[in-house]
Amino acid sequence: MALSLSGLILPKLMQQRAFSVSSAVSAIQKLTRVRVVDNSTLGNAHHHRPPKVIHVYNKNGVGKVGDRVLLAIKGQKKKAIIVGHKMPGARMTPRFDSNNVVLIEDNGNPTGTRIKAPLPTHLRKLEGEYSKLLAIAQRFV
Amino acid sequence: MAACTRRAREMMGLLRFLRNIPQTERFLSTSVMRHASDGPSKFIPPTKPVFTDKSQEEASVRRVLSPEFIPPRQRTDQIKFYIERKDMIQRRKVLQIPEFYVGSILAVTMTDPYASGNLNRFVGICTQRSGKGLGATFILRNVIDGQGVEICYELYSPRMRKIEVLKLEKRLDDNLMYLRDALPEYSTFDFDMQPVHYELTKDIPVNPLKVKMKPKPWSKRWERPKFDIKGIRFDLYLTPEQMEHAQKWGEPWREYDMLKEYDTSSLEKKILEEVDENLRK
Repeated sequence: MALSLSGLILPKLMQQRAFSVSSAVSAIQKLTRVRVVDNSTLGNAHHHRPPKVIHVYNKNGVGKVGDRVLLAIKGQKKKAIIVGHKMPGARMTPRFDSNNVVLIEDNGNPTGTRIKAPLPTHLRKLEGEYSKLLAIAQRFV
Repeated sequence: MAACTRRAREMMGLLRFLRNIPQTERFLSTSVMRHASDGPSKFIPPTKPVFTDKSQEEASVRRVLSPEFIPPRQRTDQIKFYIERKDMIQRRKVLQIPEFYVGSILAVTMTDPYASGNLNRFVGICTQRSGKGLGATFILRNVIDGQGVEICYELYSPRMRKIEVLKLEKRLDDNLMYLRDALPEYSTFDFDMQPVHYELTKDIPVNPLKVKMKPKPWSKRWERPKFDIKGIRFDLYLTPEQMEHAQKWGEPWREYDMLKEYDTSSLEKKILEEVDENLRK
C-alpha cells in the first residue's frame, strides 16, 4: 500500500517546482522591465537596454499602482510612479497588457507633459501628492 | 342556362383536381363536392389545417439560465447554493442582467468614487466568464490608445449599475484569453458603438472569426490540446510538424472518464423554474 502510494505521489512531487517562475504573478519588483508612457525625452529615447526597476519604495518590495519606484533608464537613475501593471489587481479595476510607469522628478512633479496611455481611476486616491501627474493624463479607465 | 351549367361542370372538375393533389395547407375549401349533382361521391375527409399560433411563438422566446446559477459539483451543502440563488434573484430584480456570452460585446457602467460623475463606463469584448453563485465574474477587454486593458467585473457587485449588450454573439471558443496574444485590432472596440439588433427568437449567431497572432512567444502555448482553441489561425505560425508535436500533450481518455461527467440538464431545468418563479414574485 505504502509502496503504491509513494509511486503515485513521487512523480507528482518531482513535477512541481519549488518556486514560481511566472513573471506576471508578482506585480512590479526589482529588475522588472517597464514601459514609460509619458512624452518625456528620456523615457522615449531609444536605448539598447530597456528601463528597469532597481528599487521599489514600499515595505514589501512589490510595487502596485501608485507606488514609487527607482528606474535605471539610459544609464541614469530616475524616479517613476507605477500607473498600471500586468498583474490583475482588485476586482473592477483595470489590468493592463504592459507594466506602465510615468517618470517624476524627486519632488513629485512629472517629467513629461502628457501621458499617452489610459490611467486607472483609482490612482486618484493619490490626488494630493500627484495632482500634477493626474492633470496631464489624457484618459482614465 | 346551358353556359351556366357548363361553367359549373368545369368548376367541379377543377375542384376534383384540387382534391386529388395532396394538400399541406387548407387553401381552398373542397367541401362543395358534397353537394355535387352527379351522384354521391366517396367521402374524403378534409386535410387537417396547420395553424401557427403567433402568441405561442412570442411566449417561447429563449429562456436561458445564466451559467453562474448552476452549482459546482462538490460536497458543499446545497442549502448554501440555494441561499445564494435567492440573493442573486433579489439583485436581478434591481439590476437588469441581460443574456450574454463569451465573445459578446458589452458596455458596463459601474459606480466609481474616483471617476467623474461617480460613473465609469467601459466597452469591451467578454473574454471569460467564471465563478459560480454570487461571486460570478466576467472579463471585458478592449484596446484604448494602443494599450490593452482588461477589467474583471463582478456580476452581482453592488457597484454594478448597468450592463448593456452591444452585440450578442458567440465565438468559436468559450474562453478568449488568447486575444492578449492576438493582434490588437481583434480586441479594439469603439466606445460609442451602437447596439446591434438581434432576433429574440433565433439562436445566438456564432462568429467564425479566426484571429491572427502577434509573433511568438505567446503567454500560453495555445496550440496544446488542453486549450482546444479553434479561433486562431495556427497555420500561419506553426508548421504541421509543430502542430502534430503539440498533440503529444493531448489526453484523449479524459472524455471517457465517467467520474468527471457532470450532466446538469435536469438540474438546470429545476433551477430555471425556481428562478423564473421567484423573479415573477
